Amino acid sequence: MPGPRLSLRGVTKSFDDVAVLKGIDLDVGRGEMLCLIGASGSGKSTLLRCMNGLEPVDDGQVLLDGIDIAEPGFDLGPIRQQIGIVFQSFNLFPHMTNFDNVCLAPRRVLREREDSLRPRVEALFERFGLGAHMRKYPDQLSGGQQQRVAVIRALAMKPQTMLFDEITSALDPELVGEVLDVLRKLRDEGITMVLATHEMGFARELADRVCFMDQGVIAEEGPPDMIFSAPEKERTRKFLASILR
Amino acid sequence: MKTVIAAVAATLIAGSAMAAGHCAAGKTLTEGKLTIATGNPAYYPWVLNDAPEAGEGFEAAVAYALAEEMGFAAEDVTWTRTSFDQAIQPGPKDFDLNMQQFSITAERDKVVDFSAPYYTAPQAVLTTQDIFVAGGTSATMAFLKEVQWGVVASTTALPVVMEQIQPTKSPLVYDDNANVIAAMQAGQIDAALFDLPTALFTSAVLMDNGAILGQFDPAAAENPDQFGALMPEGSALKACVDEALDALKADGSLAAIEAEWLQEATGVPLIK
Amino acid sequence: MTRRAAYEARQRRRANLIAGGSTVAVLLLVIVLVPLAPGWEAVRASFFDGEIFLRTFPDLARAFLLDVAIFAWSVPMIFAMGLAIALARGTNNPALFPLRIFGAVYVDLFRGIPVVLLVYLVGFGIPGLGLPRPWNSPYIWGTVALVLTYSAYVAEVLRSGIESIHASQRNAAICLGLSERDTMRYVILPQAIRRVVPANMNMLVALQKDVALLSFIGPVEILRQAGIFKSLLANFTPYVVAAVIFLCVTVPATRYADYLMNKDRNARS
Ligand SMILES: Nc1ncnc2c1ncn2[C@@H]1O[C@H](COP(=O)(O)OP(=O)(O)OP(=O)(O)O)[C@@H](O)[C@H]1O
Ligand SMILES: [Mg+2]
Repeated sequence: MPGPRLSLRGVTKSFDDVAVLKGIDLDVGRGEMLCLIGASGSGKSTLLRCMNGLEPVDDGQVLLDGIDIAEPGFDLGPIRQQIGIVFQSFNLFPHMTNFDNVCLAPRRVLREREDSLRPRVEALFERFGLGAHMRKYPDQLSGGQQQRVAVIRALAMKPQTMLFDEITSALDPELVGEVLDVLRKLRDEGITMVLATHEMGFARELADRVCFMDQGVIAEEGPPDMIFSAPEKERTRKFLASILR
Repeated sequence: MKTVIAAVAATLIAGSAMAAGHCAAGKTLTEGKLTIATGNPAYYPWVLNDAPEAGEGFEAAVAYALAEEMGFAAEDVTWTRTSFDQAIQPGPKDFDLNMQQFSITAERDKVVDFSAPYYTAPQAVLTTQDIFVAGGTSATMAFLKEVQWGVVASTTALPVVMEQIQPTKSPLVYDDNANVIAAMQAGQIDAALFDLPTALFTSAVLMDNGAILGQFDPAAAENPDQFGALMPEGSALKACVDEALDALKADGSLAAIEAEWLQEATGVPLIK
Repeated sequence: MTRRAAYEARQRRRANLIAGGSTVAVLLLVIVLVPLAPGWEAVRASFFDGEIFLRTFPDLARAFLLDVAIFAWSVPMIFAMGLAIALARGTNNPALFPLRIFGAVYVDLFRGIPVVLLVYLVGFGIPGLGLPRPWNSPYIWGTVALVLTYSAYVAEVLRSGIESIHASQRNAAICLGLSERDTMRYVILPQAIRRVVPANMNMLVALQKDVALLSFIGPVEILRQAGIFKSLLANFTPYVVAAVIFLCVTVPATRYADYLMNKDRNARS
């Protein structure tokens, strides 16, 4: 299908009269890796949550393959299987083994049979280097391992699009590498990805395109080389200067 | 100084309503007063209107007759209320006498003292009109075995039912008469065993469709149910109470009180 | 043995000695001092009569089986009802609004009424409407009274458990495409129930004791049987027997529950 995978048109969102998103227009192409950067509180997380309908938008359109999923009353159930999301705080289910965490949704939502699900999920664990940890509970793993389980859990639903919200910010620097490898693999598979991050290294290395968010609007967007080396806007420059010293 | 106090005290005692030198002197909780306990509430026909001070009802009347016999004026009788548990628990008691249809048993006698019996209660079967008709107006033992029994826990009715009737269904047991009646009206029990006066009153006044199926002949019973006044173990008053009761029996006044307050008890058919 | 292990072993031995010593001292004081009290002889005869203890024990133990049976058939109903009410109270669906109101009223009503009162009201009242045997049985309606009261409590406990599960868990489930129902069933409830196990254990211990209230409407369970013995023998020892029998069941049960919870906790940390 031609056209972008995901398009936002004039999306606005406020919490109690505080405008957090003030008219976002954005296209994410198929297989594209888009990074959202910006100061804390600039609206990155909110934007991601609007993209899969977890946060209802006030106004504007969120088009997934041309279908407006932000239309009030739209049934988001089937959509959620197509868009995986991984949160900063993992949100694994602590009462289930890692294996069951991953299998729950395929069993209940996709109604996948156990004999095809099992080998598929085991292969996912192996691929992300967690084959030995499937039968453990989430709190028996390190933060980086838990974050990878959360990614596996989202991937097990075979989404075409993945949203990542600062998935490395809770991790020690040496664990960041693990997760980075995961993202690289996914990019190579051609999964469409939107990633909110404070890791400029990430953005520079992986992103096809970088969006700089400031006070609820996309202040500047472009390829990473341009954004990091030659930003056009004054506030982009200021922001980068502040975090890169 | 001591002699002065003694003299004043002697005058006071002599001047009180109580005849000095009577056997009860100095043996009651409060000097010159007789403290009698009854149930809470106290039931007809033992005490009328739950007001023992009026002296109406069988036990209230016996209480005042006893008091008079022992040399207490009516205004020297003080009433108090206790439960069964309070009556038999260890420790000091706050009554001289406790009259609430306590059946005299050997086991109880080990823990408390009983006066000589003041009433021998026939046990009667209380039931509803429906059962009354179904069982035929003259109940047989065979019929009584088949019905669902209900009894009050703290009475001797349970052993009577278990040993004399030996019912096929285990009896249901309640805290007091009111609950037995509630259960009967809820259709949960068919028959209950009470002493005859209580059964008569219950059937006539408390129930819409009560009936008395019959009474067991007290003379034929191995251990007839006899009511005695309860006193603390080792009570010094017991001898006086028994003496007074004997006097009431001898001059026919106890029989007269019984005839006055329990007269309906005659004329109920015997169960054979 | 490492230096640390040796040190810990020494510490443990010391602690055990002190604990044992102080326990023995307290017991000795009780055993020596209590009999010196002036009323002791009377109390001993009324409450601790060895002969009556042995004589009434078998009947009381048999009567206790009725308590156990009432408990055993009430508990599943209490939890089923409690769960239903908790879920009814949490529903957001406007069509189910009446259910929500019902849940709130149910909880307020049955938590507010003393159990005894409900036992009388339901146990005598409903059969009094004219139900035929065996549907007017005090066992049935007494159980209903217990279930009404205790399910109201359990519903509140469960609801607090459900509300204590962080919203991020629900969000994570919903983002995976799980339905509201599946989210509740597979993600929220298992965690919520685990979290309120201690509160529910206390509830079960209380229930075990309140089962005795059924005796008010007829059934002869252990406390009633003890009361019957008490009035026949004019002695309170049967109550002590009943207390001992109760403790024999409730103490191991609560300890076992503690053990299970600790095991669960240790397995996952
Ligand atoms: N549920 C909410 N209720 C009220 N205000 C909210 C809520 N969620 C977010 N906000 C507000 O919206 C603004 C944007 O928040 P958001 O989490 O999107 O920022 P962010 O760019 O992700 O920041 P960070 O980099 O710190 O994660 C903040 O001012 C925040 O306080
Ligand atoms: Mg954020």
